[in-house]
Amino acid sequence: MSNPDSIARLQLRKISKRYPGCLANDAIDLSIQPGEIHALLGENGAGKSTLMKIIYGVTAADSGEVIWQGQRINLRNPAQARSLGIGMVFQHFSLFETLTVAQNIALAMGATAGTPAQLEPRIREVSRRYGMALEPQRLVHSLSIGERQRVEIIRCLMQDIRLLILDEPTSVLTPAEAEELFVTLRRLASEGCSILFISHKLGEVRGLCHSATVLRGGRVSGHCTPAHCSDRELAQLMVGEAAGLITDYPKVSADNAFLQINQLSWHNPDPFGCSLRDIELEVCSGEIVGIAGVAGNGQDEWLALLSGETQLPRQQGETIRFDGQPVAHLRPDARRRLGLAFVPAERLGHGAVPQLSLADNALLSAFQQGLVSHGLIRRRKVEQLAEAIIRRFGVKTPDSKTSARSLSGGNLQKFILGREILQQPKLLVAAHPTWGVDVGAATTIHRALIALRDAGAAILVVSEDLDELFQISDRLGALCGGRLSALRPTVETRLSDVGAWMAGQFDAPQSPAPAPV
Amino acid sequence: MDIDLLSNIFYAMVRCGTPLLLVALGELVCEKSGVLNLGQEGMMLFGAVIGFIVAFNSGHLWLGVLLAMTAGMLLSALFALVALVFNANQVATGLALTIFGVGLSSFVGAAWVGKPLAGFEPLAIPYLSDIPLIGRMLFAQDLLVYLSFALFALVAWVIVKSRVGLIIQAVGENPDAASAMGLPVLRVRTLAVLFGGAMAGLAGAYLSLAYTPMWAENMSAGRGWIALALVVFASWRVWRLLLGAYLFGLASILHLVAQGLGLAIPSSLLAMLPYAATIVVLVLLSRDAVRTRLYAPVSLGQPWQAGH
Repeated sequence: MSNPDSIARLQLRKISKRYPGCLANDAIDLSIQPGEIHALLGENGAGKSTLMKIIYGVTAADSGEVIWQGQRINLRNPAQARSLGIGMVFQHFSLFETLTVAQNIALAMGATAGTPAQLEPRIREVSRRYGMALEPQRLVHSLSIGERQRVEIIRCLMQDIRLLILDEPTSVLTPAEAEELFVTLRRLASEGCSILFISHKLGEVRGLCHSATVLRGGRVSGHCTPAHCSDRELAQLMVGEAAGLITDYPKVSADNAFLQINQLSWHNPDPFGCSLRDIELEVCSGEIVGIAGVAGNGQDEWLALLSGETQLPRQQGETIRFDGQPVAHLRPDARRRLGLAFVPAERLGHGAVPQLSLADNALLSAFQQGLVSHGLIRRRKVEQLAEAIIRRFGVKTPDSKTSARSLSGGNLQKFILGREILQQPKLLVAAHPTWGVDVGAATTIHRALIALRDAGAAILVVSEDLDELFQISDRLGALCGGRLSALRPTVETRLSDVGAWMAGQFDAPQSPAPAPV
Repeated sequence: MDIDLLSNIFYAMVRCGTPLLLVALGELVCEKSGVLNLGQEGMMLFGAVIGFIVAFNSGHLWLGVLLAMTAGMLLSALFALVALVFNANQVATGLALTIFGVGLSSFVGAAWVGKPLAGFEPLAIPYLSDIPLIGRMLFAQDLLVYLSFALFALVAWVIVKSRVGLIIQAVGENPDAASAMGLPVLRVRTLAVLFGGAMAGLAGAYLSLAYTPMWAENMSAGRGWIALALVVFASWRVWRLLLGAYLFGLASILHLVAQGLGLAIPSSLLAMLPYAATIVVLVLLSRDAVRTRLYAPVSLGQPWQAGH
């Protein structure tokens, strides 16, 4: 790797790509040696996705050179990239759910797949060699997220792979699953395959990667050896400012339960969905409860039951109570009247209507804030509210008449969260509050949540970001397979405990037993 | 009920079910690739009229069949252009295509209404057609019915067994992923639509050259719509499609059967049966979200453009 004479597996020279209104990649240089695990670090919007799409032939660069094993190449499409030995594992999997594992792999391999009888032993062989158990006959929709990722990786490994690109592969894995993945990746690298590992998790990049290229605002802000850098140095390269990155908020405890969930079970009619079993939870006024869990373990279903998008029959109304009052049978507007505010996981189409202006979107959930009188909308007030949200939460937008869909994900998230917080709810349920949001904005959002908590609101945060949960939650739990672990004060909880909960091991106490509640 | 009557019912059932089967096979392939083409009725009628005119004037039935398929394909090419290339709404485009096809066929065929034509005759296969009960049904049909058996086998094999079928299914389920894999999404969808058009044209030719060898306005009488419902009824599985086509074929000859048996049910009521059955079946099936999730092409009816 350090041998200067060796030819780089892949070299990028001055790659630039402009999209309308933004320079996504600005003269990016990057070089990966055979057998090297190279990290591509950067915040959301730093240009990582664009760069990787260029390497995989999905989009073409405006200018610059791609040099593959010493040869200048002109990538036109992913098929060509694959024929060179470039494989990619997408963040949002590109699998076909109604097909089997073997069929999915056969599709990607083209004519070289052969008959199913020939292919299946080869799949088994590869999955054994790299320690990734996988049954070729299973239908993809019946696989866990981690298993689906294995399908994607094995799909790449079935071909003569020289460079494997992984886009935020651990964002969908439990910590233990991530460790297993790293074992596979190290093995692959030791066989000479180059790996481009895209991430924003500093810890795992330091543990896994030989070298790193850091992007900020479409440019390379630095090359480094992650093992020799501190989190702070890496973060500084990513964000460009050292201050205010990791803040410790004071933890509190409260005992006045506002949200009470008793024996909540729900059968999901969707065969691909998750059913909920015996969920028990209390969230008190003046505390933040954080719920971890890998996506697809019942979060969406549970959140829909909490927000009122899914209603239970009247007899089961008592399973969810706000301030003692049964609400599980009530519609969302009735629950909002009782003090609920809700930030859904999906911003466009769920948290906001893409085509409507920000002002109209503000009206949608804040209509009880005196914005309507005698059935007529008070335009001025709506705009004032929208502008107040924009100002207080630093939403970057020309004005409140801009449509929701023209905002970037992070900006829209700030707007939606701001809209809910300014209603001064008694209970805020927020899913992934800082997903896709840059560090500065995440801090703004966290501070707002803490302030809301200190003002006496009960807050439930469902997130996949463990760092975030540890940072802001007063008590922690995790969802796995539609069941909820017991909650424990954050100060008494270790990362490994939450990891065990996320894998469904609720009863294995690894820390000192929590004080009885 | 004696054996002869049953054998006749089966025979007529297959004859009646054949146009439904042909259209539905085409639409199945089309929907598997993620495209909902509601223009079946229009394409079928256009195929019927062109097939009739060509056969009538040239005296060659097969030339009529061939051009009927070409006619259906031409209309479906129009659909592909508007809905796939220009990304218009598939439902609206399909509806427009049906309205257009109905009108166009009436206009083109005005001079041929009621003209007589010697159509395809049944061609009994010796010995086999003498098998009791099912002999006539399977082996005393005309050539187009035999062709429909062959086409069914072909489509079933392609969808269930072949790599082409896998590609069609992949494109219909997740066009973004398929495209990222280098599969030509638009080309696959266009070909599927064209195949659907050819099948609808063939079904039209069957109506005007074999089933009732003549041309009358609107002679398909909603069969294109029933075929669309059939695809849902079959939950996109090819064997159920065969079953469904013949079941609906049976439903549409029940009034004849009732007359034959001397039952005092008004025949107009029984003639309604296939349409009523369509509604009932669609309501029952769409209640079952599980089936739909498991078998329906996920991206059905959604426009798709490369690079989004």
